[in-house]
Amino acid sequence: MLSSSRPTTTALRRLRGFATVADPPVRRYGGLKDQDRIFTNAYLRHDHGLKGAKSRGDWHRTKDILLKGDSWIIQQIKDSGLRGRGGAGFPSGLKWSFMNKPDWQKDKRPRYLVVNADEGEPGTCKDREILRGDPHKLVEGCLVAGRGMNANAAYIYIRGEFVQEANHLQQAINEAYKDGLLGPNACGSGYSFDVYVHRGAGAYICGEETALIESIEGKQGKPRLKPPFPADVGLFGCPTTVANVETVSVAPTICRRGASWFAGFGRERNQGTKLFCISGHVNNPCVVEEEMSIPLRELLEKHCGGIRGGWDNLLGIIPGGCSVPVLNQKQSGEVLMDYDSLKDAGSGLGTGAVIVMDKSTDIVAAIARFSDFYKHESCGQCTPCREGTTWMKNMMHRMVEGRGHRREIDMLLELTKQVEGRTICALGDAAAWPIQGLMRHFRPEVEARIDAFRAKHGAVGFGGHIASELDDNLAIPDNLGARLPIDAPAPPPTSV
Amino acid sequence: MGISATMFARIPRRLPRLGPTPAAQRAISFTPSRRSDALFIHRDTPYNNPDIEFKFTPENLKKAQEVVARYPKQYAKAAVIPLLDLGQRQNKGWTSISVMNYIAKFLEMPPMRVYEVATFYTMFNREPIGTNFVQVCTTTPCMLRGSTDILNTTLEHLGGIKPGETTKDGKFTVIEVECQGACSNAPMLVVNDDYYEDLTPESTKKILDAFAKGEKPKPGPQSGRHTSENSAGLTSLTGKPYGPGEHCSPEFQ
Repeated sequence: MLSSSRPTTTALRRLRGFATVADPPVRRYGGLKDQDRIFTNAYLRHDHGLKGAKSRGDWHRTKDILLKGDSWIIQQIKDSGLRGRGGAGFPSGLKWSFMNKPDWQKDKRPRYLVVNADEGEPGTCKDREILRGDPHKLVEGCLVAGRGMNANAAYIYIRGEFVQEANHLQQAINEAYKDGLLGPNACGSGYSFDVYVHRGAGAYICGEETALIESIEGKQGKPRLKPPFPADVGLFGCPTTVANVETVSVAPTICRRGASWFAGFGRERNQGTKLFCISGHVNNPCVVEEEMSIPLRELLEKHCGGIRGGWDNLLGIIPGGCSVPVLNQKQSGEVLMDYDSLKDAGSGLGTGAVIVMDKSTDIVAAIARFSDFYKHESCGQCTPCREGTTWMKNMMHRMVEGRGHRREIDMLLELTKQVEGRTICALGDAAAWPIQGLMRHFRPEVEARIDAFRAKHGAVGFGGHIASELDDNLAIPDNLGARLPIDAPAPPPTSV
Repeated sequence: MGISATMFARIPRRLPRLGPTPAAQRAISFTPSRRSDALFIHRDTPYNNPDIEFKFTPENLKKAQEVVARYPKQYAKAAVIPLLDLGQRQNKGWTSISVMNYIAKFLEMPPMRVYEVATFYTMFNREPIGTNFVQVCTTTPCMLRGSTDILNTTLEHLGGIKPGETTKDGKFTVIEVECQGACSNAPMLVVNDDYYEDLTPESTKKILDAFAKGEKPKPGPQSGRHTSENSAGLTSLTGKPYGPGEHCSPEFQ
């Protein structure tokens, strides 16, 4: 679909006079209508309580959904093509079905659904709008998803900073219990289900599913090794599924409106609607629900008033929260906002958090700030991440002023490669990718800074040692690179 | 332990300078102290030692029992984070060693397990804070929208303190924090439990002045928009939301 809009393909098509196969019509994505938006109170303009929620269609015939049974619910989610909205994009129906292994009834352990509302990824602020505007969608979603995976209870892990949001959610749960929608006979279906709120205390790592489980158990949020996967041994040693707020919240609406309705949006394998949160240098940053596969440029121009200073003033866009690599201006104009298109562009949809940077941005400093973030949030369990994030931070801060040797860019990239994939959870990868993205697209900028610093202060060795400040009377290791000539043979080009 | 403690006690912190040596004078280098947000070590001080008594108030005790009831009985220690939060709120916004010990006793878990948790999570302050705890977000999305200005304004307006410090009158503590999850409303700061968003240096000063007077300004965006909608006018959700059963598949109408 994407390629058919490119000029080269258009030219090819014109040449192909005798072709017998007709190209399918190009489908444009985006332009979601209000009647197809799931989160109708995302901007908190209406009552978030039970009465308001019911008037917006929540809790409508939930009993009938529950009575359809677990396999029907899971089949609906599978047919809808819903993929996890928390970043990894794993097909939700499949994930939920892992809970219902053959003979699961023989296992007498309790079963849990854990909802991940620990929204800590810089750039992401979508779950917040669900939690404070549409908390009943989440509570009902817990019940429906919980029925699908035959869970006994749901724990909603909400980040500690979200006090207002936790209050709205607690209010929604209390109202639901009072109305008989939750509890021993939820919605009168005979199914027993409880929902609890658990407030965190400010650790980004607790957004990782096993760290989140550890945190609910009252320990430090340090990720566990997998396997065993949470579906076998999870919260309190029981089968558990961890799902994002948005994934769970859309489940009742999918069941009510039909899987084919949801699957009708977006490209194949990227179906549905999605909350996008746009921040940074756009005229009007906002959170908006749109169709998946909407072109990034259209998303920004339609809902955010465009880039500050026009499209030509764009420097780069981080399309999915701080853990994914940055896109340059050319790519930004081409990509569609879905899992596959962004993956092809070497980035990722992540949480759908679009961070826009215009030409006034100090891109190196912006990425260096992410390195600070990861250094602060590394849990310290795996050595490559604990030490690597500190190294990356120190090197990135030297790159901001250009204090370093050109070869250190490759050393830094090598360092990111040593962290990536060598840790229990994905925080190490997430810390490495922004730097790799920076060097992929903005390496000349970093090199220019290094050259400028060198022009001003003379030769600089590895580790930011200025050659003129070194004391030759002392024994200085000769691998500091301080005497390397400025036009040292260029290192072989690395592919990132 | 005793021997090594006395042995090291005799070595002065910094060795005295040896007399001036000609030409290449070489200073003895010391490893710089590790820069971290806060020490992980507890040292008894007059305001923070295990002898200071701490106990939940009756209403907090009731709340605590409600919290503990949410978890399976044999996993009562799952309540440690909510209870530490409750204890911190009762203890003027910081978690002293007494609070941690009390929670450990309350949940019948080893105190060290509570210390582990209290040092891991950033929302537990292990030093006293001012009445208004100002947390300025400086992560990239906020930084792009000018959070550096907001932080500098805050620090200057409160008498030139540094991040992590408390003003002399004890009214404000300012810290830099990582992403607070309000990126579409950047830049923002948090005072106690409330988010103040869409800030400018002027509105920041106004908020701080109001808190200094003991008032509480209205939380949320300070630019006039309601929450996180497009500030130039709604681009979605313009009409009345659809009602129950509308657009549903025939069997759920």
